Amino acid sequence: MSSLSDRALDKIGRSLATSEIEGANVDDRYVLVRLVGEGGMGAVWEAEDSALGRRVALKIVDPIVAGPALTGRLVREAKLLAGLEHPGLVPVHDTGTLADGRVYCAMKLVRGERLDAHLANIRSRPDRLRLFLRVCEPVAFAHAHGVVHRDLKPSNVMVGPFGEVLVMDWGVAKVLAGAGDEEVRTAVSAPAPSGLIAGTAAGTVVGTRGWMAPEQERGEAGVDVRADIWALGRLLAFILADGDQIPKPLSSIVARACAESRGARYPSVEALAADVARYLDGEAVSAHPESILERAVRFARRHEVAILLLLAYLLARAAVYLIMRR
Amino acid sequence: MNKVALGVFLGGVLGVFDGLTAWFTPEVRNEILGIIIGSTFKGVVAGLLIGLFARKVDDMKWTIPFGILVAGTFAFFVAHMQGKYYFEIMLPGAIVGLITGYATERYGRGPAPKAEVAR
Repeated sequence: MSSLSDRALDKIGRSLATSEIEGANVDDRYVLVRLVGEGGMGAVWEAEDSALGRRVALKIVDPIVAGPALTGRLVREAKLLAGLEHPGLVPVHDTGTLADGRVYCAMKLVRGERLDAHLANIRSRPDRLRLFLRVCEPVAFAHAHGVVHRDLKPSNVMVGPFGEVLVMDWGVAKVLAGAGDEEVRTAVSAPAPSGLIAGTAAGTVVGTRGWMAPEQERGEAGVDVRADIWALGRLLAFILADGDQIPKPLSSIVARACAESRGARYPSVEALAADVARYLDGEAVSAHPESILERAVRFARRHEVAILLLLAYLLARAAVYLIMRR
Repeated sequence: MNKVALGVFLGGVLGVFDGLTAWFTPEVRNEILGIIIGSTFKGVVAGLLIGLFARKVDDMKWTIPFGILVAGTFAFFVAHMQGKYYFEIMLPGAIVGLITGYATERYGRGPAPKAEVAR
């Protein structure tokens, strides 16, 4: 008789657990409807909130499987999001601990697609840039409240069916000392249940390789909003990678946002977004000093109809002059 | 600049310029001052009407034909007073109306939306 591998046994065990849990009632309130996603630390379910009659996303984490650090992050993320109310952030409705020790968090059920998938349907570059500006809004809002995301990447941005943009996964977010809201700082620094670890030790590298600012990748202390600005620059480069050549002003914006030195980057997300908005409006961007020729070309492009009309007028005048001279 | 002010300004400037082009017609060169004043006045009145229309309808596809119609009509009266040069006067005049109509919609600021008062 052949034996099954540990991996196969694990898979069977998980599928058994999943079929067992479907339709189950969590905390006498949430009826599990459908498994949305599953990872090493737990699962995300679509659930029916029987108290309010609505569908929610229920993140359930098992501290034994996920470990206290990851579970602590879920609790921390829930507390942090509860202190930040913005249309671009997923609202947290509820959090709690089940009798068996698992921790759950009920959040708004986000319907839509990930940014990388959504971009396949957007061909127009201005539309892509406008989408980027909408990503900047909740990040700028969080920064204003002293919160740095630290893991901005396309898979952490969701675009809803009506074009609404949501920045997800604030589990590794950092609350800046002495900045932002007292409410957010207090909520996040409050002790996590069951002794769970709710922060990140200095020198620990958090984030996703390739989407982390250089100082973040080196595990330096004192990572601030400019780490998110770096990631937004990478995100902008990703959004612009549509096969067409990237104009100089836009590549300069990306270069400034992704500068190796923190001091050379945009000082804030608002400044970065303002430069992108200026480009969209046909104005000069701060990241790219223009030559006289570039300025003239930009002016002509911005006012091409008015210039064509004036030329038409001058041509008509010249034609009239020539006719009258004959 | 709001649409009415921009219409008046553009109509005036283009009117002056329109009048100045009479310099290239030697037969009327000695009457150039009167032509400039008349052309400017015509431009200002046409610009005012176009600006008011642009503010009212706030739609490029209507303001441009209106600009052509108003400026073309004014140019027709000027040509009619002279009894000749209909095409020579009306063509540039209509283009001035087109430019003023386009520019007032494109660059003019519309009225601020009225605030709704909750009862």
